[in-house]
Amino acid sequence: MTAATATHDAHEAHGAHDAHGAHPPTSTGISNEKLAMWAFLGSECLLFGALISVYLLYKGRSASGPEPSEIYDIPFTSASSFMLLMSSLTMVLALASIQRGDHRRLRLWLLATASLGALFITGQVYEFTTFYREGLSLSTNLFGSSFFVLTGFHGVHVSLGIVMLLSLFALSARGKIPQEKAEVVEIAGLYWHFVDIVWIVIFTVVYLIP
Amino acid sequence: MATSTKGDKGKGKVAATAVAAEDEAKIAAHSDDHAGHPSDVTYWKIFAFLFAVTAVEVLLYYKSIPGVNLNNAALGILAIVKFVTVVGYFMHLKFDSRVLRRLFVTGLLLAVVVYCAYMLTLGVFLTNPGS
Repeated sequence: MTAATATHDAHEAHGAHDAHGAHPPTSTGISNEKLAMWAFLGSECLLFGALISVYLLYKGRSASGPEPSEIYDIPFTSASSFMLLMSSLTMVLALASIQRGDHRRLRLWLLATASLGALFITGQVYEFTTFYREGLSLSTNLFGSSFFVLTGFHGVHVSLGIVMLLSLFALSARGKIPQEKAEVVEIAGLYWHFVDIVWIVIFTVVYLIP
Repeated sequence: MATSTKGDKGKGKVAATAVAAEDEAKIAAHSDDHAGHPSDVTYWKIFAFLFAVTAVEVLLYYKSIPGVNLNNAALGILAIVKFVTVVGYFMHLKFDSRVLRRLFVTGLLLAVVVYCAYMLTLGVFLTNPGS
C-alpha cells in the first residue's frame, strides 16, 4: 500500500515533466527551481492585484483631464496585445523544440519571442510618449498616476523577460542548454506566459471596460 | 489461521508490487511522450482560439450586445477564458503536478479576495466619493 502510494505520488509529481530535468531528488518530485518560480508567480498575483485594484479605485475620480476615453487608441493597443499573445505561442514552441532536442528551432523561437516582446515595449514607449504630449503624466491626475504605474510595472516585467530570453539564446548558441536541461527554458517560459496573462487582465480592465 | 494471515500479507505485498510496477511503467511511458504535452499543431490551434477571443473582445468594445447591457460582463468572462487557456495549456498547469496548481491558485485566490475586500472598504462603488 505504502509502495503503491509512493509510486502514485511519484507519478503525480512526474506530471511536472521532471523527466526532462536532471535535478536532485526532492520530496515533491518537482525541482526546487520550478517550485520557486510558481511560488514567485503566485506572489506576483498579489503585486499586480494591488496595482489593478488601485487603478479601479481611482477610475473616474480624477478632478481634471485628460480622461481614458479621450486618449486611448484601442486599435493600436489591440495590435500590441496581439504581439504579446503571439509571443506566448513562440515561447511554448521554443520549449517544445528543446524537449525534442531541436536546438536550432529553440534559438529561432526564442529570438522570435524576444522580438515580439521588444515590439510590445516599443509600442508601450510610443503610447506613453503620445499620452505625455497630450497632457497626461504621472502627476497630472489620479488616472495618470495609476495608469503609468500599472502599465509601467508590467513593461518592466516584459523587459526583464526579454533579457532572460536573450540570455537563453546566448547560452544555447554556446551549447550550454542540452536537451536534459530543458527545464531552464520551461522556467523562463512560465515567467513569460505570466506577463502575458497579466496583460490579458490589464487589456480588458484598463482599456476595454469603459 | 496464522498461515492464512501470512498468505494474505504475501498477497498484499504482491498486489502492491504489481501496482508499483504498473505505475513505474506509466512513468516510463510518460517520459517518452513529454508527459502528455500538446503537439505544436495544438499550440497553433490554441493561439487561433485566443486570437479569435481577443477579436471578439475588441468588437465588443465598439459594438454593444443588442438588447442587453452585458458588455462588461462579457468582456470579463472572455478575459477569464483567455487567462485560464494560457495558464492551462501554454504554462502546462493542466498537465502538471497538483502541487503547482495549488500553489498558483492559492496566490491568485488570495489576491482576488484581499483586493476585493480592499476595494470595497475604500468605496470602489461609491457614486459620490466626496459625500
